[in-house]
Amino acid sequence: MLETIAYSIFNGVLYGTLLFMMSSGLTLIFGMMGVLNFAHASFYMLGAYFAYTLGLGTGFWVALFLAPIAVGAFGALVERYGLRRVHQFGHVPELLFTFGLAYVIEELVALFWGTVPVPYKAPPALDTTAFSMFGLNYSVFKVFILVVAVAMFVGLWFLLKKTRAGLIIQGALSRPDMVGALGHNVPRVFMLVFAFGCALAGLGGVVGGIHFVTDPGMAFMMGPIVFVVVVLGGLGSVPGALIASLIIGILQTFFLSINFSLAGAFGALGIEDSGFFGVLWHMETTRIAPVLPFLLLVLTLIFRPRGLLGKREA
Amino acid sequence: MIRNKKTGVFTGTMIGLSMAISSFTYAQEGPIRIAYIEPLSGPFANVGDAGLKHFRFAAEKMNEAGGIMGRDIEIVPMDNKQSPSESVQLLQRAADEGINFVTQGNGSNVAGALVEAVDRNNSRNPDDKVLYLNYAAVDPALTNERCSFYHFRWDANSAIKLEALANYIKTRDDSIDDIFLINQDYSHGQFISKRMKELVDEKNLDAEIVGDVLHPIAQVRDFSPYVSRIEQSGADTVVSGNWGNDLSLLVRAIDSAGLDVDIYTYYGGGLGTPAAVGERGEDMLYQVTEWHADVNVDEGLTEYEAWFNEFKKRYPEIDWYYHRIYNQMHMLKKAIEEVGSSDDIDAIAKALEGMEYKSPTGTVTMRAQDHQILQPMYMSVMDADAKYDADNSGVGFRTVANIPVEQATDETSCDMKRP
Repeated sequence: MLETIAYSIFNGVLYGTLLFMMSSGLTLIFGMMGVLNFAHASFYMLGAYFAYTLGLGTGFWVALFLAPIAVGAFGALVERYGLRRVHQFGHVPELLFTFGLAYVIEELVALFWGTVPVPYKAPPALDTTAFSMFGLNYSVFKVFILVVAVAMFVGLWFLLKKTRAGLIIQGALSRPDMVGALGHNVPRVFMLVFAFGCALAGLGGVVGGIHFVTDPGMAFMMGPIVFVVVVLGGLGSVPGALIASLIIGILQTFFLSINFSLAGAFGALGIEDSGFFGVLWHMETTRIAPVLPFLLLVLTLIFRPRGLLGKREA
Repeated sequence: MIRNKKTGVFTGTMIGLSMAISSFTYAQEGPIRIAYIEPLSGPFANVGDAGLKHFRFAAEKMNEAGGIMGRDIEIVPMDNKQSPSESVQLLQRAADEGINFVTQGNGSNVAGALVEAVDRNNSRNPDDKVLYLNYAAVDPALTNERCSFYHFRWDANSAIKLEALANYIKTRDDSIDDIFLINQDYSHGQFISKRMKELVDEKNLDAEIVGDVLHPIAQVRDFSPYVSRIEQSGADTVVSGNWGNDLSLLVRAIDSAGLDVDIYTYYGGGLGTPAAVGERGEDMLYQVTEWHADVNVDEGLTEYEAWFNEFKKRYPEIDWYYHRIYNQMHMLKKAIEEVGSSDDIDAIAKALEGMEYKSPTGTVTMRAQDHQILQPMYMSVMDADAKYDADNSGVGFRTVANIPVEQATDETSCDMKRP
C-alpha cells in the first residue's frame, strides 16, 4: 500500500505539473482579458511541432526557448488581426472565433506535417535514468518536467505580483480607461498578454509533445482536460490552476493504481453485476478514473462556481 | 416561392433521370466502382486517408494490367466520419448510384451496421444488390452469430489472431510465464480479455494470467499508473489489442519506466505507431499480422517488393501496410472474371466462397462456411536493422515465427442464410 501511495503521489505530481503547464496560459488569458480561448490546446500543439522542427536544425535546447517565442509571436498576430476585431462584438463571437481557429490550426498542422505522428524525442542527455523507485525507472526528462513547471509557476507569480508590468496588466483588466488615461496602450497590453499566454502553452507543448505523442490529434485530446483544470482552480487564478492540476493528477493516478471496488472490499453479498446498483457495486476504480476530472468539473460548477481560488463566478 | 419549388422538382427529376441513365451505362461498360466508406475527416482521417491511398494504388496497378475484364476499377471515396449511421446512409447512396461493391474496415461498430444495412438493401432491392468487402474490422461476431452471405472478411478476425498468438506462446513456454492483459474498454478489448483467459486453459499453456485491465478508449494520456500495476503483478509479457495512441503511449510508458516485458499486439506496426514509438519498441514490441515489409526480403518476393517500393515512391509519408487489400482486390477480380459480369452479386459471392488464391505469402482461402479468410500469419518484432522502416521511423519488423494457416484458424458458429 505504501508503494502504491508513494507511487501515486509522485506520478500524480508529474502528470499534474504537465497539466499545469498547459492550463496556466489559458487561465492567464481568461483572468486578464476575459477571453475563453478554445484554441488554447492548439497553441500547445504548435509548441510541440515548432520545437520538433526547430530542433532538427538547432537541437533541443535552443528549440526549448525559440519554439515558445514563435508560438507567442503567432499568438500576437492572432490577437492583433483576429481577436481584436471580433472583440467589439462581445464574448460569444470571440468564443466562436477561437473555436474555429482550433480547427483551422489542426488542419494546417496536418497539411504541413502530415497526419502521422512525428518522431519528436527527448535529447539523449535527458533520456537517461535519474533514479529508480520500487523497480520502476524515472528518466531525467521527468525530473526536467518538474523543474520547468516550478520555474514557470515562480516566474508567473513574480511577474504578476511583483513587477510593474504585472500591475499594469491587472489594472488594464479592471479599469482599462484609467490605465489608458495614464498613457499605457491598453490594446497592446492585451496583445502581449495573449501572446504570453500562448507562449506558455507553447512551452507546455515543447515538453508535453515529448512525453505524449506529437500528432494533429493532440490538441483535441488535451483540450477538455485543460478546461477542467481552469474551472476547478478558478478562472483567472494561476495558483488555483496549480492546485487543481495537482489534485486531478494525484487523484486520477491513485484511482488507476489501486484495484478497488465495493464488491471487492465488502464481498459480492449476492449482488449481481447488472442493473444500476449492481454495476455500481462491482465498478472498479480504474474504470471511474477517466470520468473523474469531468465529475469534478460538474460538481465544481454546481457547488462552487468560482472554483477553488477564483474571485468571480465562472 | 411556388415557382422556385416547381423548378426544384423539375431539376430534381432531371438529375434523377440523368443519374438513372448514367448508372445504366455504367453497369454495361463503364468502370467497376467500389465505394470506400471510411472517415476522411475528423480525428481518424489519417487512417481513412491511408486506406484510400492503398485502394487507389491497387486499382491503378490492376488497371495498368488490364483491369477486370478490360474494365477499369474506380474507387469512390465516401466520408462516414467514423459514424455507423452515416455509413448506412452512404451505403444507401452507393446502392442508389448503382455501385455494387462497398469496402470498409475501421471500426467493428460501423461494420456491424453495414452488414445489417447490406442485408436489408439486398432483400429490398434485388436488382441493386451490394457486396460488402471488409478489409479490417476484426470483431469475430461478423463471421459468427452475425454472419451474412454478402459480407466477406480479408483480415484475420480477433479470435484467429489470438489463436495464432497462443500457439506462438506455446512454443515459448520457457520464457513466457506471467501474462498481463491490457485492453481498450469496448467490444474489441473485452473480447481479447475474455478469450485469452479461455485460451490459456484450452491450449494448456504453461503460463498464467496475472493481470487484466480494461481502460477507456482514446482517453488515457498517462499510462504510468497502469505500468506500475504491470510491474506489481510481476508479469513478463503484456498482451494488448490497443491501437493508435493508446498503444503508442502504453509502449512509451513501459519503456521509460525500464520495465523488462515483451508486448504482444495486433497493431504494433499500424499506421502511426512505429513513428510514435521509435526505437523504444525494439526487441520489445511484437505484432501478429498477415504480412510485414521485410517478409518480401526474407522470402524473396521481388515482384511484391517492387509493388511496395512503387507505393512508397508515390506516397513517401506512409508505407504499403494492408497486404489484405492486395488479396481482396485480386480475389474480387478473379470472382468477377469467373462469373463474367459485375452485376450478378449472388454469383460473385458464390465464386468468392471457398476461393483459393495464390497470394505472395502463400495460399489463402476464403472459408465458405462464414466468409472468413484463412491465411498464413507472421509473428514479428520491432527491429532497427530491418531493411524497411515503417513510416520512416527508423525501425521496421523482423519475423520471429511463421504461423502456418492451420495454426491460425478458429471455429465458427455461423449459420449462413444463402439466397
